[in-house]
Amino acid sequence: MTLRLESTNASDIASAISAERHRKGATATGMVMTLVIVADEEYQADATQAAASSAGDHPCRILTVIPRPGRGEPQLDAGISVGDSEGPGELVRLRLRNSLAEHPASVVLPLLLSDTPVVAWWPAGHPADLATDPIGRLASRRIVDTTSTDAFVSALIERKAHLATGDTDLSWTRLTPWRAALAATLDQPYEPITEAVVYSEAIPAAPLMRTWLEWRLGVPVTYLDSEGPAINQIILRTTGGAITITRPTGHMATVERNGIAVKELFLPRRSVKDLISEELSRLDPDDTYEETMSRLDITRLEPDNDGAADQDDTAGEQTENTTEGP
Amino acid sequence: MPSTYTPGHNPLRSSADKRLPRIAGPCSVVIFGVTGDLSKRKLMPAIYDLANRGLLPPSFALVGFARRDWEDQDFAKEVHDAVREHARTKFDEDVWAQLSKGIRFVAGEFTDDAAFAKLASTLHELDEQRGTGGNHAFYLSIPPRFFSVVTEQLKRSGLSHSVEGAWRRVVVEKPFGHDLESARELNEILGQVFPSGSIFRIDHYLGKETVQNLLALRFSNTMFEPLWNCNYVDHVQITMAEDIGIGSRAGYYDGIGAARDVIQNHLLQLMALTAMDEPTSFDARSVRLEKEKVLAAVELPADLDAHTARGQYLPGWQGGIPVKGFLQEDNIPADSITETYAAIKLEVANRRWAGVPFYLRTGKRLARRVSEIAVVFKRAPHLPFQATDTQELTSNALVIRVQPDEGVTIKFGSKVPGTQMEVRDVTMDFAYGDSFTENSPEAYERLILDVLLGEAPLFPRHEEVEMSWEILDPILDHWASRGQPPGYDSGGWGPIQADDMLARDGRSWRRP
Ligand SMILES: NC(=O)c1ccc[n+]([C@@H]2O[C@H](COP(=O)([O-])OP(=O)(O)OC[C@H]3O[C@@H](n4cnc5c(N)ncnc54)[C@H](OP(=O)(O)O)[C@@H]3O)[C@@H](O)[C@H]2O)c1
Repeated sequence: MTLRLESTNASDIASAISAERHRKGATATGMVMTLVIVADEEYQADATQAAASSAGDHPCRILTVIPRPGRGEPQLDAGISVGDSEGPGELVRLRLRNSLAEHPASVVLPLLLSDTPVVAWWPAGHPADLATDPIGRLASRRIVDTTSTDAFVSALIERKAHLATGDTDLSWTRLTPWRAALAATLDQPYEPITEAVVYSEAIPAAPLMRTWLEWRLGVPVTYLDSEGPAINQIILRTTGGAITITRPTGHMATVERNGIAVKELFLPRRSVKDLISEELSRLDPDDTYEETMSRLDITRLEPDNDGAADQDDTAGEQTENTTEGP
Repeated sequence: MPSTYTPGHNPLRSSADKRLPRIAGPCSVVIFGVTGDLSKRKLMPAIYDLANRGLLPPSFALVGFARRDWEDQDFAKEVHDAVREHARTKFDEDVWAQLSKGIRFVAGEFTDDAAFAKLASTLHELDEQRGTGGNHAFYLSIPPRFFSVVTEQLKRSGLSHSVEGAWRRVVVEKPFGHDLESARELNEILGQVFPSGSIFRIDHYLGKETVQNLLALRFSNTMFEPLWNCNYVDHVQITMAEDIGIGSRAGYYDGIGAARDVIQNHLLQLMALTAMDEPTSFDARSVRLEKEKVLAAVELPADLDAHTARGQYLPGWQGGIPVKGFLQEDNIPADSITETYAAIKLEVANRRWAGVPFYLRTGKRLARRVSEIAVVFKRAPHLPFQATDTQELTSNALVIRVQPDEGVTIKFGSKVPGTQMEVRDVTMDFAYGDSFTENSPEAYERLILDVLLGEAPLFPRHEEVEMSWEILDPILDHWASRGQPPGYDSGGWGPIQADDMLARDGRSWRRP
C-alpha cells in the first residue's frame, strides 16, 4: 500500500515513514544503505522497481527523486511504501514540482538513513559532473548508465573528464560476465598473446572492453563494428592460434581454442535489476573501472572500421553472427 | 611480458578487481552414490546452480557412478528431475542443454574392476572431447564403509594419480568415523591414496554465510573482541535443534546418535571458531592452526554424569502433530541405547577462557529447528537501582543465529518507558535482508566451487577430526556404560537431566 502525502515536507515524510514502520511491527531488518534514484517521470517506475527488487539482497531505503520543473509554486508530493509487495525495504517517491526541482538536496538530506552509505543512481541521463552535483555530493557511490544516452561517445568523453572516485557506469557492469569468461580462458596454458579483437555494436561497453584488454594484456586491441547484440565476439590471437568467445544471441556463447574444441558457455545479457544488485553488493570504489576510464583513449571510442561489419574469419568463427539482428 | 602464460599469474585477474568472479577451471565431478538422498537433494542441484551462476567452466563434466542399468541419458534425466525439484535458481533450458552435454554415466558395483576401467576410459574421453584437462573430483556420497574399496579401486585403476599440471581430489561427507580409532583408519585409507591437500571433508555448516560472518563479526570490529573472554563472558551455549525425528534413516542413525552425528563435527567446529584467537590471515592454514589450538585446550568435566546429558524422544506431539517415539521408529530395536539428544559441558583451558563453560547441545524432535551460538555475558558487577527495578533483567547476550533467519541478535537491558524505573531485557536484531536465505548460495554451492578451485579454508583437516574424537570418546564410552538414555517429550526442549545439568552450575538454557 502506498501512502500519499501532497504538498508536504521532508520532516512530515520522515514521520510518516517511521509511523508506517511501527504500524508494520517495527521491522526488525536493519537497513544497510540509502539509494537515491534521480529520474524523470518516464524512467522512474522501471528503475524504482529494479532497485526495490534488489532490496531483497540489500535492505535499503530507496528515495526516488522525480524532478517536475514548471512555473507554479514549489511543491513536494510523496508516495511512501514500507516493506510491501514492491520489496522489503522502504520506498519513497518524491515529486519535486516547479522551482523545487532545482533543490533536490534540501529534500533528500533530511531523509538519508543515519551513518550508512548513500548510493546515487541516475538510470537515464545524468549531470556532467557527478561528484559536485547536489545529490552526487551526498553519495559515496554514483551510478550512471551511458548505454541509456543517445550520444554515448560524448557521454564517455564527459564521464572521463569528470571522473571521480566512486563513480560507476552500468555499461562497465555489463562487462563482468565477459571479463570473467575471458579471464577463465587464461587460467589455462596459452601461447603468447599478440593482439585481440572486439566485435560489437556501437555501445559504450565496447571501447571500455578494448581499453581494459589493452591495459591488462599489453597488446593492441581492435574494435570492429558488428550487428551485435551488444558485444558478440572477442578474439585473443596468440602465436599458437586464437582463443575466441562468440555470443551470437546474447545468451549462450561458444569458446574456441585454435579453431577446435568448441564449448558452450552461459553468458547472458543481464537485466538492470541484476546490474544494480551487483553494484550494490560492493560499496567500495571500483578501482578497475576507474583505471580503465583513465586509460580510455577518447580518440578511439568508435569502431576501427566504420560500420563495414566484415568479420575476420581466419580464426574460424562463424560469420553468420553478423547477419543476426540484435 | 604480461601476455605470456605463467602458471599462477593471469593478466586479466588482479586483486584490485574485486568484482570479477572466480570460475572453476576445466574439470569433472564424479559422484559415487548418485542415487542417494544427498546427491539428489543437494549435490546435483548445487552443480546446476553453479552452472546457472556462470561459475562452472565450459569444459565441465558430471559423471555418475551407481549400480543401475542406465545409459547416459537415463542418468541425465535423473539429474534433470533432481535439478527441477531442488535447484535454487531458475531453470534455464540453455544452461541445462549445455550442462547435459557433459553428463556421463558409468554402471557398476564398487568391487567391479571392469566398471572402474570403464570409468577411467570415460574420464579419458572427457579429457579429449570436453577438455576437462585431467582434473577430476571424486565425490564419495556413499556410506563410509565403502570408502576403502572405492579409493582402492581409484588407485588400482590409476584414477587417483594426477599428472603434472592436473589435479585429482576426493570429497567425503560426515561421519568421519565413529570414534578416534575408526577416524584414524578412515584417514589412513584416504591418505594412502590421496595426499592430504587433495582430501576435502565436507562440513556444510562451515559453508554457511553466518558461520563466515562470525569471523567477520569477531575480527573486523572493535566492539566485540574486548569482551570476548573470561572477564566478561559468563558462558557460551551452542545449540543445534531439529524438529524432525530420524525419519527413514534408522540404518544410519542407530548406533551413531546425536553426539557423533552433530557434536563431533558441527558443534565442535562452531565452538572452535567462537573461541579461537585471531588468525594471522584467513588462509586455510592459519585458521586451522587457531582452531586446533582451541581443540587441544578443551577439557572435559571430571564428573560426566553431572555435566553431560542425553535422551531419547518419546511418543507425543510435535508442533501439533502426533509423532512416534524413537524406540517406536521403524527398524530401531526396542532396547537401542542410541541417544537422540546430547548436551555436554566443555571448558577451554587457556587464559582467555579459563572458567567459562561452553555448553553444547543438539537433539531431534525438539520444539523447533534452530541453530545458534549464544555468548552470554556476566551480570553487571553492581546495579545502582533498586532490586525490584531490575527483576526483569537477565544477562546480556550476543546471539549468532545460524539458521533459520540467519543474523545476529543482541540482548540487553532497557528502561521501560514511563515514570517508573523498570529495566527489562530487549533484543536488537540484524539480518542482512533475504540475502542469507533465498539469494545467498547454498552452502553446497560454495563448498563444491571451493573444491574445484582448490581453496581449502572451509574444510576440516584430519587433525581436527581426530582431536574432536579425542574430546568426545570419553563421553561416549561413559554413556555406553550407563544403559538406555532417559526419555524426553517430543516437541519440547529436551530431557529434564539437561536442565538439571545447567541448574547445577546456577545457569539455565536459553529458549532459542
Ligand atoms: N543425506 C544427507 O543429508 C547427508 C548429510 C550428511 C552426510 N551424509 C553422508 O553422505 C553420504 C551419502 O548419504 P546419503 O544420505 O545420500 O545416503 P543414501 O541415500 O543411503 O545413499 C547411499 C548411496 O550409496 C550407494 N550404495 C550403497 N551401497 C552400495 C554398494 N554396495 N554398491 C554401490 N553403491 C552403493 C547407494 O546406491 P543404491 O541406490 O544402488 O543403493 C546410494 O546411491 C553418506 O556418507 C552419508 O553419511 C548425508
